[in-house]
Amino acid sequence: MNDPLRLEADVLVIGGGLAGCWTAAAAAQAGASVILAEKGYCGTSGVTATAGPSHWWVPPEPPAAREQAIAERHARGFGLSDPAWMARILDITWRTLPTLAPFYRFSVDDQGQVQHRGLRGPEYMRAMRALVEHLGVTILDQSPALELLTRHDGTVAGAAGHRRQEGRDWIVRAGAVVIATGGCAFASHLLGAGNNTGEGLLMAVEAGADLSGMEFTNYYTVAPAGTTMTRSMAYTFGRYFDADDRELGIHPGPDMNRALGEALLKGPVFCRLDRVPQDIRERMPQVQPNFVLTFARQGIDPYRDRFAVTLRAEGTVRGIGGLRLQDQDCRTRVRGLYAAGDAATRELVAGATSGGGNQNSAWALSSGQIAGAAAAGLALREGRGVQRIAYVAGRAGLRPSAGARSFDVGAAVELARREMGDLDKNMFRRGEDLAASLDRLSSAFAELATHGSALGGERQRLREAAGMLAAARWSKASALARAESRGMHHRSDAPASRAQFASRQRSGGLESVWTRFERQPAEAVP
Amino acid sequence: MISFVAEDRCEPCGACVAVCPANVFEAGPGGRPVIARQTQCQTCFLCELYCPADALYVDPDCETVRPVDPAQAAPLLGQYRRESGWGEWADVYANEHWRMGEIFARARALATPRT
Ligand SMILES: Cc1cc2nc3c(=O)[nH]c(=O)nc-3n(C[C@H](O)[C@H](O)[C@H](O)COP(=O)(O)OP(=O)(O)OC[C@H]3O[C@@H](n4cnc5c(N)ncnc54)[C@H](O)[C@@H]3O)c2cc1C
Ligand code: SF4
Ligand code: SF4
Repeated sequence: MNDPLRLEADVLVIGGGLAGCWTAAAAAQAGASVILAEKGYCGTSGVTATAGPSHWWVPPEPPAAREQAIAERHARGFGLSDPAWMARILDITWRTLPTLAPFYRFSVDDQGQVQHRGLRGPEYMRAMRALVEHLGVTILDQSPALELLTRHDGTVAGAAGHRRQEGRDWIVRAGAVVIATGGCAFASHLLGAGNNTGEGLLMAVEAGADLSGMEFTNYYTVAPAGTTMTRSMAYTFGRYFDADDRELGIHPGPDMNRALGEALLKGPVFCRLDRVPQDIRERMPQVQPNFVLTFARQGIDPYRDRFAVTLRAEGTVRGIGGLRLQDQDCRTRVRGLYAAGDAATRELVAGATSGGGNQNSAWALSSGQIAGAAAAGLALREGRGVQRIAYVAGRAGLRPSAGARSFDVGAAVELARREMGDLDKNMFRRGEDLAASLDRLSSAFAELATHGSALGGERQRLREAAGMLAAARWSKASALARAESRGMHHRSDAPASRAQFASRQRSGGLESVWTRFERQPAEAVP
Repeated sequence: MISFVAEDRCEPCGACVAVCPANVFEAGPGGRPVIARQTQCQTCFLCELYCPADALYVDPDCETVRPVDPAQAAPLLGQYRRESGWGEWADVYANEHWRMGEIFARARALATPRT
């Protein structure tokens, strides 16, 4: 193999999606030298690039409007959200998003008002790349990170990965590292989520971090069967039918997912979008060009024909859990290691309800801004500490604990996909099923950690499998311990909320997983 | 999944090889893109946006590789880039994404009388 590419920077950002780009920008603006390592291509990778994120957007004036928005959203968080964090991300988003104007052509509405709130994904991510390039960030495309590097004292000091188009490893030593690897979608075919495979969470836990909210992983989005197209706006007009063309009582709203899930467990479900008004049909190609694309290519007129639908599992993307933040700076439990975007838990702003639709993108932007500035501050204050680097932290899939043996990566991915996607396992949850799932996932993870080994570019696939299995285990263990229903987490065997569980739940561990409820009421992050 | 590269249109520029988030393509002889890892494709359609020659076709089926006849699919090439207003279409097709808010509001209004 070729010699590794060795680089140094003040801040290393892992993941070049929405949060990673906002992080890199903030770190560079704070005066740090920044390297951003992206598995795919910074600009097309991550779930924003294929979507059209609408941000949580409430003007600062009158102040009462913001207070009301926060109070309403907090009430839907089932006791797990934190109003102070909500106020923070509303403020940062409001101030920061318009600064993208040199790189993004913001639309002007029919009244001549500039519209900042919602951006189209491919253009948004193209603009984010232009912004970070403009700020002098070094981008490593097609360069998945595989593991973190730590110092003698346990602080994080960089990462190592692979440049997959050059067949060469990379090693970056840095004063601080930010994990912005997105949520874990468990290979569900969720649009744009192919790279969202959980190894970022795994790397962080290997270095000593923990997680929170991993039970909130059962959000699903409707899509035409066999496709990735989870652009769901038009479905707010949808009507649903069974195989005999009987209309089903499935209506848009918070209960739609579960009603659709129940129907899909019984048999195929079809959708008609015949209630979409004519003027909207005509505009759809300019509103959501990718939504119309799949139908055109399948020869379906979605406004006339009925078409089969499926539900795509979102894992922690429009689920909620992720790395737990220890302080106001978006630091994890480990010194030198920060988290931003969907890689971090969004309970602080979303509680137990999905942050999709507005909060997630505001969170990706704001947590990125916070983490980037804080990481830069640490690195500039304390230096890069490269002489003290001692360890490579990666385990499962990189350093088998016993003899390397052949390991079926495809089967491991399929296991994680089904355990975290199948409606009867993940949408409708029961204690005994969760325990059985956890057992299966734990054996697969143990097998991978004991014997799994690969070379060169193949390590990426193995680490992704390890990441998905690990994240699935934390999720099942957390869902099992939360023996109640709260927000999106619904237990068929415990359908009510219980006061004893009205707090956030931490999780972690590799050889064995652990979970622990925080004190009540939900702890403020200091 | 990515289906074919229209050889008659492609003027090898390397964009698809660079931007594919799933690293599906490889540069072959003369820089011509080769679909080297088809089943790794995440069916995101983004290579089509970045191809200035409208030479790429992505089939919407993400679960199975379906045979697509390039001649039949030829009239569909470039639709995504055009309707997104990229490149030469920038001033022809406006980005009306911002209308999402009002579209959601109308859907809600339509739904209310039923409940
Ligand atoms: C269809 C859809 C529609 C949505 N609509 C909205 C909306 O309207 N409003 C809203 O608020 N939110 C919305 N969301 C959510 C929003 O898109 C996400 O919250 C946001 O993209 C999160 O940004 P991120 O950077 O954390 O993750 P991502 O954008 O997913 O980026 C993560 C990046 O990390 C990279 N990566 C992963 N592993 C590695 C590794 N090992 N090494 C290097 N790089 C790695 C990935 O390749 C990827 O580029 C939507 C999501 C979906 C799926
Ligand atoms: S559709 Fe997406 S993943 Fe597939 S080849 Fe094109 S850019 Fe790559
Ligand atoms: S982007 Fe289009 S024109 Fe450029 S190499 Fe790829 S297929 Fe050819």
